[in-house]
Amino acid sequence: MKNIMKAIGSLSVLAFVLTACGDGGGAKKATSTLDTTKSQGFVKCGVSQGLPGFSNADASGNWTGIDVDVCRAVAAAVLGDANKVKYTPLSAKERFTALQAGEIDVLSRNTTWTLERDASIGLTFVGVNFYDGQGFMVRKATGIKSVNDFKSGVKVCTNTGTTTELNMADFFKSKGVQYEPVVFEKADEVVQAYDSGRCDTYTTDKSGLAAQRTKLSQPDDHVVLPETISKEPLGPVVRQGDAKWEDVVRWSLNVWIEAEEYGVNSGNIDSMKESKNPAIQRIVGAEGTKNGEALGLDNQWSYRIIKQIGNYGESYKKHIADTGILPDRGPNNLWTKGGILYVPPVR
Amino acid sequence: MSFIQTHLEKIDQYLNDHPKIKFLLPQVILIIFVLSIIFYFSFNASSNLSARGINTGFGFLSNKASFDIQFSLIEFNSSMTYGRAYLVGLLNTILVSVIGILFATILGFIFGILRLSSNPLASGLATTYIEFFRNVSLLLQLFFWYFTVLRLLPQADNSLVFFDTIYANIKGIYFPEFIWTNLSFLIYGLIFTFISIYFFNIYARRLRENSGKILPQFLISLGILIILPTLVIFMFGVGVEFSHPKLEVEMGIANYIGGSSIIPEFLALAFALSIYTSTFIAENVRAGILGIDKGQKEAAASIGLTNTQILRLVVIPQALRIIIPPTTNQYLNLTKNSSLAAAIAYPDIVLVFAGTALMQTGRAIEIVTITMLTYLTLSISISIFMNWYNKKVSLTER
Repeated sequence: MKNIMKAIGSLSVLAFVLTACGDGGGAKKATSTLDTTKSQGFVKCGVSQGLPGFSNADASGNWTGIDVDVCRAVAAAVLGDANKVKYTPLSAKERFTALQAGEIDVLSRNTTWTLERDASIGLTFVGVNFYDGQGFMVRKATGIKSVNDFKSGVKVCTNTGTTTELNMADFFKSKGVQYEPVVFEKADEVVQAYDSGRCDTYTTDKSGLAAQRTKLSQPDDHVVLPETISKEPLGPVVRQGDAKWEDVVRWSLNVWIEAEEYGVNSGNIDSMKESKNPAIQRIVGAEGTKNGEALGLDNQWSYRIIKQIGNYGESYKKHIADTGILPDRGPNNLWTKGGILYVPPVR
Repeated sequence: MSFIQTHLEKIDQYLNDHPKIKFLLPQVILIIFVLSIIFYFSFNASSNLSARGINTGFGFLSNKASFDIQFSLIEFNSSMTYGRAYLVGLLNTILVSVIGILFATILGFIFGILRLSSNPLASGLATTYIEFFRNVSLLLQLFFWYFTVLRLLPQADNSLVFFDTIYANIKGIYFPEFIWTNLSFLIYGLIFTFISIYFFNIYARRLRENSGKILPQFLISLGILIILPTLVIFMFGVGVEFSHPKLEVEMGIANYIGGSSIIPEFLALAFALSIYTSTFIAENVRAGILGIDKGQKEAAASIGLTNTQILRLVVIPQALRIIIPPTTNQYLNLTKNSSLAAAIAYPDIVLVFAGTALMQTGRAIEIVTITMLTYLTLSISISIFMNWYNKKVSLTER
């Protein structure tokens, strides 16, 4: 009798495990992220573990930065309140897995858009919120003025799991320079190692170099070299195969940038409602505009983004220019002002 | 009596009549259960992965890696494959584990014996060492060695110099590289030498046991060790030259070029692993020695053995039997703990393969599986070797 009971017991455990797993797997496919987000009442957003200007938490846990503003824009559009965001700090190594697994729904973490990432890991890049490029930082005392001054034997500190690692391999190979990569998992350890003299140079995206320089013991003793060795278009990422959610994130990003183009900002948006310009009317959600419906949102979605967060220019000024990270907007200026920031029309 | 119960009792009766089936049935059910779980999870994973448009498979191992690795035992550059990068990481893990195990064992024996010393200074020192390093988290010790101790070394243009040939600075330790001519002859010569010494010692022992004649074993072995390789060196023209590292200052950056070097990441990891694990081995050694009955030593003394002989012939062979099994565990721990390398940029299998390669390819399931199987294989290999050694020293029942 005992044996039979044991067998029945194990079979029922098996059945239980299988049904439990089956439920979990099936439920995910059916519902769209937009509906789940509306019903749970917050946007699940993946950010960095602390990169000033992009996503950084203050002492009381408030996240700020230009990457954070993308998630805030999505929350304002979908839920009506920019503060309804749950942030998950992720390392470079964890970020894609977290998005694939559904732990987060938007990854806005200074992530470079590349073919490999877009095509082979089940993710989709929705746009670009910062045009960056990889650079090098060296000690001023060395007198190095250009990346062409590096000679064989140079020790280079950087982060693992980034496009930086690949770019520097290509770069030094093309220059025929033998270098020694010292690769850490966390940015803080890279800074510490470079600061102590373990490495001759520190390489990452230029905005990152500018931000990390402030953490060095003597920031003024270091200089970022002028050359940019790679294109690093950074932007938000979503899971592939959920077109509705992808569109919501993409157009929240686009309207944020387009508002600056038409001079709509958080201060003047209410008076802009009187504007005769149809493009502005669409951004402020004036009578008769219907672009929210197509996205599965109400027609005030873009009004809320600009009212609560401001336009791209305001975010850039607040997080990146005024903090002294990169006061010059360079390529991140609007296309009408000499930059390359150009988004499809919100109409 | 209900219907089901009657049937159950019939089956029970049948099983009681067929003890073989009764014995096998639960095992078969268990195997089916485990297999169906494995099948279910792999099916679930693969269908979800393809539904989300994630590429799967092991084909990526032959793709170009396009990243570089700081330190490798075999040649590696960015145009080689992910498979090659895996091998580099694996060899680096094995290297730091072997060196770690070697020094942990030596330090462990020294401090284990010192702790039993009758000299209070020696035993106090050993106790402090063991209790301190055993009770501080390994990751903290790693950071301590890497970010604190090794950071005290000077900059490259101001290196510490030992014997005019070894240079230590914050970027590593640089020493002359040996450039051999006809090295293979020397290696064969040394192998032949060790075999000769081994057989000579067997011969000497037989002679002693059979005729009571005692040969000066140690002196003759030493003689063979010196004479044979010297002969080989002169007969086959084995030569060595040194390639000294040179300090080059280019554009204000000072680096040693040429020669051989040890990177500080390796030093810190080897230090932390050996010291941390040595404390546990020291405790095993102490337990092993204390585990030998006092009577054994007294009996050995009563038949006229000297103190050294008592330790060498009576105490240690018996203590080893107590020391080896828990020490095997420590060797396994050390090997697994070497994965903390990722925290301080030592390019072991976790940093190179489960870190960079995973990130660049996005093949999380495949890479984590390979890495787990690798650690499993390493651990099982160590276990098999240590079990063999344990059997060799264990009590032979006659």
